Amino acid sequence: MVISNKPLQFILAAFLACVPLASFGNTTVDSIYVKTEAANPVHGSHKELNAHEEEEFNASELINSHIGDSHDFHIADWNGHPISFSLPVILWTDNGLTIFSSKEFHHDNTGHHVVSVNGQNFVRYNEVIFYADKFETLTQDEKGAFNFEARPLDFSITKNVFSMLMSAIVLFLLFSAVARSYKKNKLAPKGLAGFLEPLVTFVRDDIAIPNIGHKKYAKYMPYLLTIFFFIWINNLIGLIPFFPFSSNLTGNIFFTFVMALITFIVTTLSGNKYYWKHILLPPVPKALYPIMVPIEIIGMITKPFALMIRLFANITAGHIIILSLVSLIFIFKTVAISPVSGAFVLFMSVLEMLVAALQAYVFTLLTALFIGQAVEEHDHH
Amino acid sequence: MNFTAPESLVFWTTIIFIVFFILLRKFAWKPILGAVKGREESINNALASAEAARKEMQNLTADNERILQEARMERDALLKEAREMKEKMIADSKHEAQIQGERMIEQAKTAIEAEKNAAMAELKSQVSSLSLEIAEKLLKDELSNKEAQTKLVEKMLGDVKLN
Repeated sequence: MVISNKPLQFILAAFLACVPLASFGNTTVDSIYVKTEAANPVHGSHKELNAHEEEEFNASELINSHIGDSHDFHIADWNGHPISFSLPVILWTDNGLTIFSSKEFHHDNTGHHVVSVNGQNFVRYNEVIFYADKFETLTQDEKGAFNFEARPLDFSITKNVFSMLMSAIVLFLLFSAVARSYKKNKLAPKGLAGFLEPLVTFVRDDIAIPNIGHKKYAKYMPYLLTIFFFIWINNLIGLIPFFPFSSNLTGNIFFTFVMALITFIVTTLSGNKYYWKHILLPPVPKALYPIMVPIEIIGMITKPFALMIRLFANITAGHIIILSLVSLIFIFKTVAISPVSGAFVLFMSVLEMLVAALQAYVFTLLTALFIGQAVEEHDHH
Repeated sequence: MNFTAPESLVFWTTIIFIVFFILLRKFAWKPILGAVKGREESINNALASAEAARKEMQNLTADNERILQEARMERDALLKEAREMKEKMIADSKHEAQIQGERMIEQAKTAIEAEKNAAMAELKSQVSSLSLEIAEKLLKDELSNKEAQTKLVEKMLGDVKLN
């Protein structure tokens, strides 16, 4: 089943109430999730076994796997067998760089299938690759993505990285085509340029110039345009529920972390003397400096931090809502709910298209605002 | 959410974003922003020059209007002058003619007077000579008839009473 993703947080609370969503982390055991293999009578005893179902449907696992990242690009299931597009696994192990295809794991995500490459053994558990020998010794709580002791550094081209590369290439082709079209066509823009130019001028006239000011905006335009279109197209890609789209890149906190970090670096490096003076020598009585200076410094960090959380939460929330709505059909085990579910999914998907543009706009706008604050010339200090 | 490896996404996002940014800046944003700005400038210039042309036109129209006005005034002035001149000429002529006429009348009067005097003088002399001739002829006639003369003299003498 390939149903992906889409966002809005105000309805989130309502749906969280009816859909058991465990957590965002790599929770490996979900209390309501019980894997039932037909051959396992112990587990089968406390649930209704359906001859056609090998597993009890678990909404929380489905949602977690759809909004998360993975080493395979899952396309569809056929007769219970997953069909995937295998992506390269790139590991920096104790013995150096190791590269192999994620196909080697044979879709195993439970730590049972051992892959031997270059004399090293790896297992994959919940999309995290561990050294096989060390994995054996781990307790359930230690099998997380942050256990760097037991796993090699993983620089794999995951689904999200793949999607990011694809979006970057698509955007580059689009905009370099537009740029070339200006060389040929000196008249009013037409075709692709006619469509994209208003967006470019929107970023310039409604985001950059009002926030950064006429004198300095030009220097930051390439960055603002890049994040605007990069975030937007990745938001949209996340809304398309089939291969090769459907990744939840902008709903991934590491992606938004990097974007926010770059904004932070750009802002900090742009800061002029007024900006630093305001932080280090705020216009308050000297006695308050021990309080004010740390607050100002924390303020520098909370701004990009809010950017990171905002984008992540909006996109992820939307995806969770849509997946939850789809899951309702399986939770109620009746097709009768599908028109309701479908109507809500349609509504949410349309709303998510708005949110996709809106969040790209908000991220860009706030970035411009922060840069504007950093480069602002004060006369009154 | 399945995180896979955080370092993977952080690493690739950084690399891809930076490369993507540099490529786009060079091959897309600079040409696009340059073209957009250039076109905006040319549009602004075109609008400004259209505005200038419109002002120029306005000025020209105003000039034309002014010139026309001046021409009209000049024409009026010319017409007025001509009219005045005409009137003056007529007046002058009248005056002149009057003087001339008067003088001619005066001369005529003088001439007539002179002619009259001359004619009178002529007439006087004519009359006197005629009178003399007549008297001469009469005398001759009378004197040639002796008898009658004698009779007359006698008669007259007879009338005369000698006191």
